[in-house]
Amino acid sequence: MINDSVLVVIAASAISYGTPLLFAALGELLAERSGVLNLGVEGMMLIGAVAGFWAVQTVGGPGWVSLLTAVVVAALAAAATSLIHAFLTITLRASQIVSGLALTIFAGASGLSSYIGHVADLGGKPARHEFDALNVLGLRDAPVIGPILLHQNALTYVSWALVALTLFYLYRTRPGLHLRAVGESPGTADAMGVNVTAYRYIHVMIGGALAGIGGAFFSLAITPSWLDGMTSGAGWIAIALVIFAFWRPELALVGAYLFGAFSSLAFTLQSRQVHLPPEVFASLPYLMTIVVLVLVSTGWARRRLGAPAALGVPYVREER
Amino acid sequence: MIRIERRLTEARWLVVAVPLGSLVGAAVLSSIILFLTGHDPIATWARLLDRGFFASGALSATLVTATPLLLTGLAAAAAFRMQTWNIGAEGQLYLGAIGASGIGIALRGQPALVIIPAMVIAGLVSGAAWGAIPGVLRAYTRTNEIITSLMLNYVAGLLMSYLIFDSHSYWRDLSSFTARVFPQGKYLSDAANWPSFPIGGIVIPFGLLLGAVAAAFLWLVYTATRFGFEARVIGDSRAAAHYAGIRTRRKIVAVMALSGAFAGLGGASEIGDFRHVLDPRGLQQASFGYAGIVVAALARLNPFAVIVVAILLGGLSNAGFSLQGATFPAGLVGTLQGLILFCALAGELLVHYRVRIGRPTRKAPLGRVEIA
Repeated sequence: MINDSVLVVIAASAISYGTPLLFAALGELLAERSGVLNLGVEGMMLIGAVAGFWAVQTVGGPGWVSLLTAVVVAALAAAATSLIHAFLTITLRASQIVSGLALTIFAGASGLSSYIGHVADLGGKPARHEFDALNVLGLRDAPVIGPILLHQNALTYVSWALVALTLFYLYRTRPGLHLRAVGESPGTADAMGVNVTAYRYIHVMIGGALAGIGGAFFSLAITPSWLDGMTSGAGWIAIALVIFAFWRPELALVGAYLFGAFSSLAFTLQSRQVHLPPEVFASLPYLMTIVVLVLVSTGWARRRLGAPAALGVPYVREER
Repeated sequence: MIRIERRLTEARWLVVAVPLGSLVGAAVLSSIILFLTGHDPIATWARLLDRGFFASGALSATLVTATPLLLTGLAAAAAFRMQTWNIGAEGQLYLGAIGASGIGIALRGQPALVIIPAMVIAGLVSGAAWGAIPGVLRAYTRTNEIITSLMLNYVAGLLMSYLIFDSHSYWRDLSSFTARVFPQGKYLSDAANWPSFPIGGIVIPFGLLLGAVAAAFLWLVYTATRFGFEARVIGDSRAAAHYAGIRTRRKIVAVMALSGAFAGLGGASEIGDFRHVLDPRGLQQASFGYAGIVVAALARLNPFAVIVVAILLGGLSNAGFSLQGATFPAGLVGTLQGLILFCALAGELLVHYRVRIGRPTRKAPLGRVEIA
C-alpha cells in the first residue's frame, strides 16, 4: 500500500518532528522581529519539556485536562525563564549573545531543567498521558494525504493555526505593524509613541512560551517521557530556521518540515536496515543545518531579506 | 524610577568587584533555589566548598578539572575579544581528545619524550582544524558562526561515540571479551601519562602549566603583536577595520583556529592528565566547552584572570562530579554556572553605567555643572 512507502512515512514523521521546531521558530521569530536575539531557545525548550512532563504526571483528571494543563505550565515556565533574558538585555542592556548563551547554560542540559527533573524524580517513567495522533474526519487511511495531513496530533494542528495567526498579526494588525517598526527602527517607533520596552518584553516572553510548548512536544508526544537534554539541539536548529525563513512565518513552516524530514530520515532509514553507522544518520540534522545555512547566507539570498535592522542592538533613548 | 547613565571611563575598582560580586550573587540565588526544592543551602555549600577546595587532596583534583576549563576559557576569550562567537569549544575539545588519544595509541612503546609532545601537537592541530571550519564558513560565506560552531559540537560528539562503538575503529579496545561486549576505548601506555609536579602538598598537572603558558601567549598576542592589535580593531569596529585595510577574513579564520587549538589542547590534557582513554560519555557529561564561556565572561576576557576563574569554577565542577547523588542532584553545577554568568552580565552594567535611583529631576539645578 502506498501509505507504507518510504516517502509517505518520512513525510508524515517529518511533520511530527518538525512541529516542535515550528513552535520554537515562530517564537524566536517574534522575539527577533522586536529586535531581541534570544540564543536561549534550547534552554527554554528543555524547561518546557521538564515542566510539561512534571505537570502531566502531577495533575489529575481526564487526559485532555492533564495535557492542556501541561502545555500551559510548560509555556508559563519557559516564558518566566525568558524573562531573565528580557531583563538583562532590554533593561540592563547586556550583550544579547552572551545572555542567551547564559540562559541555555542555566536552564539547559545539566542545568536547571536537569536539576528539576532529578529533584522531582521524573526520569525513566512513561508519561501518564500523551498527545496521540488524531483521526481527522475519519480519513487517516486515505492515500498519501491521510497519514501525512490527517493523522497528526492536536498540537500540530494548533501550530498550523499559529502560523496563520502570526501572519495575520504581523501584516494585518496595528500591534503587528508596531512590532515590525520596533525591530526595524526603535527610534522611529518610539517617536510614534510605541512603547519599545514593552513590545520587546512581551515578544521575548511570547517567544519563551512558544519554545516551552515546543519543548513539551518532545516530552509529551515524540518520546513521552523525560530525559536530561532530550531536545538535543532542536532549539539551535530553530534559531537557524528563523534565518533560513528570512524572518517570515510561512517560510518557517516549510523550513520546520524540511528539518523535520532530516530527523525522520535518520530514524526511518535506520529502521529499514540501511547499513550505515547510526551516528551518520544521527548527525544528519546538524550537518544539514550547516549546509542549508551556508546556502541561504551566500548568493542571491545575501541581501538578507527580512533581517530586522535593529536585531541585537539595545535601544537607549538617550543615546539615539 | 531607575535611571542609567553612561560612565565616561571604566570604574577601575569595579573590574575586580563585579566578578566577586557575581560569585556572591550566584551563591545567594542558588541557595534560594536549593531552599525552594527542599535542600539545606548551607549544608550543600559547605559540602561543595569542602570537596572542591579544603578536603585533603581536593585542591589537586580541582586543578585537574580546572585544566580543561582554563583552556576552553582561553578559547572563548580568544574568539570573543574579536566579537567572533566561537561556541564550539565543546566539539573542538572532543577533537583534541580524539587526536591526542589516537596519536597516543599509534606511538605505543615510544618513550614519554616522544609521545607527550606528539599528543600536545595532535590536540592543538585537531582542535584548530575543527575550529577553522566555522571560521572559514563565517569568513567566506558569511554564515553565522554561532550556529555552525554549535552544530559541530553535536557532530563531534557523535564522531567520538562512533570511534568507540564501531567495531572497526582504531580507538576501540577489542582485546578482551568484556571489551567486545561493552565498548570502550584502548587505554594509552603508561609513558603517555602526563607528568605532575607536587609542590607543598598540591599536585600540579602538566596540562595546567601548558594552560598557563597558553594564557601568557594569548595575552602577548593581544597586547604585543600586530595580529592582536588588528583583531582588537575588528572586535571594536568591523567597519573601521575594513576602512583601515585590515584583512578581516583571514583574521576570522586565524582566530577561530587559535581558539580551537586552545580547546583542542584542553581535550588532550583530559586524556594525558586524567582519563588516559577516549571516553565519550565522560567528556560529554563534563561539558567543559560550555563552562569555558562562563569562565571567559567572568574573567572579562583577561587571559590571566581566566586562570584564577578556571580554578574557582573547577573546584565547583570537581565537587559537583564527586558529590552527585540523591542528596546532591545533577544539574546544580550548570544552574550555578548560568547564575554566575547572569550576575556577571548584570554587573557589567555597573562597569559602564551609573545607576541612579529616584525620580528624574525636572529642572537642571542652577549654578552646578555635573561632571559624569
